[in-house]
Amino acid sequence: MPILLLIIVLGVLAIAGFILGRRRALASVEGNTRRLHSLPNYYAWHGAIMAFLPAMAVLTLWLIAQPLIIERQLSDFFPAEQFENDSQRILLMADVRRVAEGLDVAVAAGALSNDDAANISADGTIRDRLATVGVALGADVTAQVLEASQAYRKLAATGAFWRSIVALIIAVAGLFYALRITNGDFRARNRVEAVILGVLVLASTIAILTTVGIVLSMLSETIRFASMYPFKDFLFGLTWQPSFQGNSELGLLPLLWGTLYISLVAMIVAVPTGLFTAIYLAEYASPRVRSIVKPLIEVIAGIPTVVFGLFALVTVGPFLRDWFAVPTGLGSSGSSVMTAGLVIGVLNIPFISSLADDIINAVPQSLRDGSYGLGATKSETVRQVILPAALPGIVGAILLAASRAIGETMIVTMGAGAAAKLDLNPFEAMTTITVKIVSQLTGDTEFNSPETLVAFALGMTLFVITLGLNIFALWVVRKYREQYE
Amino acid sequence: MYDAPTPETRLTQNTLKITARGVQVYYGDKQALKDVNVDILDNTVTAFIGPSGCGKSTFLRCLNRMNDTVASARVEGEIMLDGENIYDKRVDPVQLRAKVGMVFQKPNPFPKSIYDNVSYGPKIHGLTRSKAELDQVVEDSLRKAALWNEVKDRLNEAGTGLSGGQQQRLCIARAIATSPEVLLMDEPCSALDPIATAQVEELIDELRASFSVVIVTHSMQQAARVSQKTAFFHLGSLVEYGDTSHIFTNPSDPRTESYITGRIG
Repeated sequence: MPILLLIIVLGVLAIAGFILGRRRALASVEGNTRRLHSLPNYYAWHGAIMAFLPAMAVLTLWLIAQPLIIERQLSDFFPAEQFENDSQRILLMADVRRVAEGLDVAVAAGALSNDDAANISADGTIRDRLATVGVALGADVTAQVLEASQAYRKLAATGAFWRSIVALIIAVAGLFYALRITNGDFRARNRVEAVILGVLVLASTIAILTTVGIVLSMLSETIRFASMYPFKDFLFGLTWQPSFQGNSELGLLPLLWGTLYISLVAMIVAVPTGLFTAIYLAEYASPRVRSIVKPLIEVIAGIPTVVFGLFALVTVGPFLRDWFAVPTGLGSSGSSVMTAGLVIGVLNIPFISSLADDIINAVPQSLRDGSYGLGATKSETVRQVILPAALPGIVGAILLAASRAIGETMIVTMGAGAAAKLDLNPFEAMTTITVKIVSQLTGDTEFNSPETLVAFALGMTLFVITLGLNIFALWVVRKYREQYE
Repeated sequence: MYDAPTPETRLTQNTLKITARGVQVYYGDKQALKDVNVDILDNTVTAFIGPSGCGKSTFLRCLNRMNDTVASARVEGEIMLDGENIYDKRVDPVQLRAKVGMVFQKPNPFPKSIYDNVSYGPKIHGLTRSKAELDQVVEDSLRKAALWNEVKDRLNEAGTGLSGGQQQRLCIARAIATSPEVLLMDEPCSALDPIATAQVEELIDELRASFSVVIVTHSMQQAARVSQKTAFFHLGSLVEYGDTSHIFTNPSDPRTESYITGRIG
């Protein structure tokens, strides 16, 4: 049974559980709902949940586990040394899967009978025959691969069969269990509440697990990089000169400098402008002005960064070059730290202003009244009462913007260039960590040379920087917080 | 023999502090106050009583132009403070509020230290010339607000960490630190327990020596206890205004009597 059909069947069982659970609960009290512990709908939801959730959970686990088990079973078909190497195994398994799936497609399309598919030989015809049903195979199919894919087909078919049986049995069992315990005294409401709690906890876990997963995968690649290239040279190297013929110099410092310099320029633009915008909108602007200006500012946040990149490349860069860099003799490049920094700063204004505006609005009116009642002016109130009270949130907003500035790639590529340089001159072209991650990974590369693996080390560095920023901000907030309420 | 005047004689000597003539307040199209005329005396506690929504808080907020911060509010009529119309274009509401301080219904200490809360007003108005002088102002204000003994050892701790009653006395200390001439109090005890209420009421009586105090209250007992003059508001109008003893024993308007005896409100 295909997965989609199986899920639909489970859904139907859930609907049955919904209807039957409600009906049974009502029947147990002869229709007098006041004698039920919970509202009838809770019994209905309980029936649906018991029919659907356990079966769905088992199905999910099965879908994760089955390929792993099959892969282990197939190791017998190949020489052990081929299976030891990670990348080779992945390629082999991809071949096997592709042939197996191709045969399945051919059978489904009627191009092959079931027996033909089972007895097909490894000569050149298999490619052509699969090509007629639209399955393109890359390399020639070896006897080993064909044999393995036949075994794969068998195992997968058996697996799919038992998968459906087990899921259906669990669903029906859950449905009957729910109906059996449903009566007027059963606390369906509490049970449903527990399920809701479970769903919420699961949702919050997913984000955390993803972060952990990302860090772990980057960490392992970074460690591989460190085994190929001296990590000390990476951290303290002053030159960035990758070369795919070897002898690369992969020093982090020029990239780190470029990243921090551009982010600094961006924040110098974005923080005061964004904060002043927020203060104006929250404290001074009339509701009418606010209702027009706020959405207009937020439009900026909706513009794709690549469009900003174009703006930097075509307008800001040449303008800065012709009016500032060349007249002052600081440089002759359109791409510069200043260009990228200014444009990223503008991009971040709505970010800071919108968040800070919400935070300032959340400061209780009573604090404003207290300050005005003592004869303070608006700006005194903002400076001495509102901003200190809103500080934790504002620092959070600034930090979020800083993380975005540090992680920004497109605008830097188009506005600051790709030259890794250590320079103080803001009108000089420089580049950042993110740009170099992209350029090291694009193109036909294999993940086994320090030149590509350095991307992971760079990613790890970015992660550490943003983590450090977060910790620093938490410290600032805790130290200077003026908590209201 | 006449060197120490009794409270009664002092009351008769009191001068006019605030006179309100024909005050009307609108929130948008809705009229919240109709034609209010009141004379508020110096060194006197004046209580505004009345059922919820009768306009007493609105009128209180007219006296230091706090209604300016409400965008939809519009005030008509004339309110004279020491013979000067506070709604005149030349009057700076910020300066006015330094002279007419306010204490709010809910204690609203700033999220700052106790010291910074009290020194806030003197600092923004530049009332002191040295740190020592500022320290003295803070101490005097806290003493006047009967809070000094409880907080003198922890002036640098957050004002928000105090109990509700202490917070309200801190707000009173903060208001008197600017040395205002009039102190407006908008139901200052409604969030407090009976013990804290008693402390604040005692304080109000002491404050009368230095300021003119105007208090809005829902509790008629409180009005009777602390005030010398009482104004009764009903549905946006000032119904009756006179000596507290007179209003509570022998009201001339039947609505006042109904309210005081608990039949309306």
